[in-house]
Amino acid sequence: MRYLEEFRDADLVQKVLSRIHNTVKNPWVIMEVCGGQTHSIMQNGIDQLLPDNIELVHGPGCPVCVTPLELIDKALAIASLPGVIFCSFGDMLRVPGSSTDLLKLRSQGAQVKIVYSPLDAVRIAQQNPDKQVVFFAIGFETTAPVNASSVLYANKLGLQNFSLLVSQVTVPAAMHAILGSTDNRVQGFLAAGHVCTIMGYHQYHAISKRYGVPIVVTGFEPLDLLQGILMAVVQLENGSSQVENAYSRLVNEAGNIPAQKMLNDVFEPCDRNWRGIGMIPASGLCLRKKFARFNAEEHFELADITTKESEICIAGHILKGIKKPTQCPAFGSLCTPQHPLGATMVSSEGTCAAYFRYASVKQE
Amino acid sequence: MTDHKLPDMQGPLCPLPYNHYDRIVLGHGSGGTLTSELVEKVFLPYFSNPALLAGDDFADIPGDLSGRLVVSTDAHIVSPLFFPGGDIGRLAVSGTVNDIAVSGGTPLCLTASFILEEGLKISDLEKIVRSMAETAFEAGVPIVAGDTKVVERGKADGIFISTTGVASVQEGLAISGANAHPGDAVLISGTLGDHGMAVLTARGELGLAADICSDVAPLNHLIKKITEVTQEIHVLRDPTRGGVATTLNEIAQQSKVGITIFEDQIPVQPSVSSACELLGFDPLYVANEGKIIVILPDFLSLKVLNVMRHDDHGKKACLIGRVQRDSPGSVLLRTRIGGTRLLGKLSGELLPRIC
Repeated sequence: MRYLEEFRDADLVQKVLSRIHNTVKNPWVIMEVCGGQTHSIMQNGIDQLLPDNIELVHGPGCPVCVTPLELIDKALAIASLPGVIFCSFGDMLRVPGSSTDLLKLRSQGAQVKIVYSPLDAVRIAQQNPDKQVVFFAIGFETTAPVNASSVLYANKLGLQNFSLLVSQVTVPAAMHAILGSTDNRVQGFLAAGHVCTIMGYHQYHAISKRYGVPIVVTGFEPLDLLQGILMAVVQLENGSSQVENAYSRLVNEAGNIPAQKMLNDVFEPCDRNWRGIGMIPASGLCLRKKFARFNAEEHFELADITTKESEICIAGHILKGIKKPTQCPAFGSLCTPQHPLGATMVSSEGTCAAYFRYASVKQE
Repeated sequence: MTDHKLPDMQGPLCPLPYNHYDRIVLGHGSGGTLTSELVEKVFLPYFSNPALLAGDDFADIPGDLSGRLVVSTDAHIVSPLFFPGGDIGRLAVSGTVNDIAVSGGTPLCLTASFILEEGLKISDLEKIVRSMAETAFEAGVPIVAGDTKVVERGKADGIFISTTGVASVQEGLAISGANAHPGDAVLISGTLGDHGMAVLTARGELGLAADICSDVAPLNHLIKKITEVTQEIHVLRDPTRGGVATTLNEIAQQSKVGITIFEDQIPVQPSVSSACELLGFDPLYVANEGKIIVILPDFLSLKVLNVMRHDDHGKKACLIGRVQRDSPGSVLLRTRIGGTRLLGKLSGELLPRIC
C-alpha cells in the first residue's frame, strides 16, 4: 500500500459518495477544522460532488491565518535588526505585516531564511555564534512537538543565540470558541487528522458531549474526507453525537505520547489572540519559565506595536464558519493572494486563498 | 647631476604575477592575457567552429537563411550549478534551443555570454563549458559567439550564462501561443516536475534523499519529427518556470480559448509525486526543462503521439487535455474524482507549507 493513490481512487470515491447521497435526508452544516482539509476539498472538487443539503464550512485551522498581525509585525521588527538571522517556514514569508513582509525585508538585506524544520534553525545558530538566530514557531499541535524539540536540543547544546518567537495554538480551544459562540452554525466537525496523530482524540469527548455535536477524526485525501463526512452525516441523521475515528491508519485515542511529553516539557497553556477571532482563553502554548531564555519576545526590546486590520475584511466570520469568502465584497477584487486584506487570504492554506485558487466551475 | 650607476639587472626585481590559477580572478575578465588564456584553454577547445575561430567581434549566422528568422534570448541561473541529470551549461544551451525550436524552425546557432564570479573553480568552469559543447553537439547547433566578464566575489552565484539563439522557420508553419483552436488536443511529451524537484532536492536543504533526475534536454530533434508529421501544429511551448499550469494559462489567454486538462492523465514520476506531496507542491506548477506542450487538431493527436513516443525525449508522451470555446482565458482541471476547478497561474515563488 502506498497510502496515496488508494485514497484517491475514483471508483471508491463514487461508492462513498452514493452512500452519502443515500444517507442524507436533512440539511447539515459540517466544519472541517484544518486548512489542509479545506484545500484538499477545493483541490479535488469534493464540494461539487456532495448533496446540496450538506454545507461544508471551513474552520480556523490554518496556523498562518490565525497568527495575529501584531506578532507578524514583531517578527518583522526582529528580522530587521542587525545581527539577527530570522528563520521561518516558507509560507510565512509572504504574509504581510502592517507595512512590509519577510520577503521584502530579505530583498532589503535582512537575513531571512526558509527552513524546513526548526532543527535546521538550531544548526544555523551553531554555525553562526556571533548572530542571534530566531525561529518563528507557529502552528497547531502538529508543529508544537518539533518546535519543542528545537528548544530541548538548543538547551542541550548550551546555545545562547537561539530563540523562538512563539505563536502556538491548540485545536480544542478553537472548537470550544466556535461552538460556544451565539451565532454558531456548525452541527458536526471533521477533526484534523494530523493534530490527532499527535494528541489522540480523547480530549474531544467532552466537547462532543457538552455541545451535542458529532466529531469525526478525518484525514486529507478524497476518500478520507468523504469517509469522515459520511460518518458525520450518519450520526447527524441518527441524532447521535459521538467522537469517531475515520483516520485509524494513523490516529489512536491516546496519540503520540513521547511527542506530547516533549510538548508539555517545553510549553504550557496560555491565552492567545487569534487573528480574525480574538482572544481565546487557554488556547495557546507558551514557553515554560525554565525555558524563558529561548523566548525571542524577552530577548529583544521592541517598541510598542499597534496594528489595525482592514475594515472590509470578514475573515473573523469566515474562520468561524458564519460566512463564505464569496460573501465578502473585497474577495477577488480588493483582496487577492498578492494583496491580502486579512487572515484567510494570506496563507496558501487559508479559506479565501483556497477559494481564490481553486474556484470551482459549474459544470454544464 | 650625479651620475648614478644603475644596479646590474640580474633578473626581475618584482615578483612576476602568477599566471596559473585554479580559480577565476578578476584579471580573467580584464581583456588582457589572462582573458586570452582562459578563452584559449577553456572555451576554444570545446567551442571550436569556423565562425568562432575566425576571431572577429562578430560571427556570420551559419546555415540556410531562406526562411523567416526568429530569435530568442534567455539568462540562466541555477543553484547548485551541478544537479542530477544536468548542470547550468546543459540548461543554458537546452533552454534557448527549445525556445527557438518551439517556433517550428530549425535552430541555426547560439551565442553565449558568461558572468563569472571571482573564485569560481576553473575546473568547474571547464566542466560547464564541456557540458555546453556536448549539449550543443547533441542539438546540432553551433555556439558562434561569446563573451566573458568577471565580477567580484559575492556579486554573483558562481556563474550566470546568457544564451541567444536564431532559428529559421520554413513557410507553411504558423505556430504560436495565440493559435489554439476549440476542439484541439493538448499533448505533453512526458512526466512533469522532474527538473524543479531535481534542483530542489540537490540543494540538500530538504533532508530528502530522492532519486530525481532533471529532464533538461534540447528538444529540437523531437520538434522536427513532430512538424514532419504535419504542418498543422497550432501551438508548441516548453513549460519551464511556473510549470504546465502557468504555460497553459498563457496559451489560453493568448488564444482567447478555454483549456481543460484531466488530472488522471497527467504523467508524474512516483518520486516527484512523493517529494511534491511532502512539501505541498503541485507538479503542475513545478519547472520542466525537457518537456514540450503540443496543441493540434484532435484528429492528428494519435499520429503525433506515436512519433513522439519513438523519440528518447517523448517516450511518455500523452494527451492531457482539450481546448474549448467556453471559459476563454482560463484553464480548468477535471479532478480524478470528477470535480472541475480553475487552474490558475503560479503566484509568487513556490514556498513549502508548514504542515
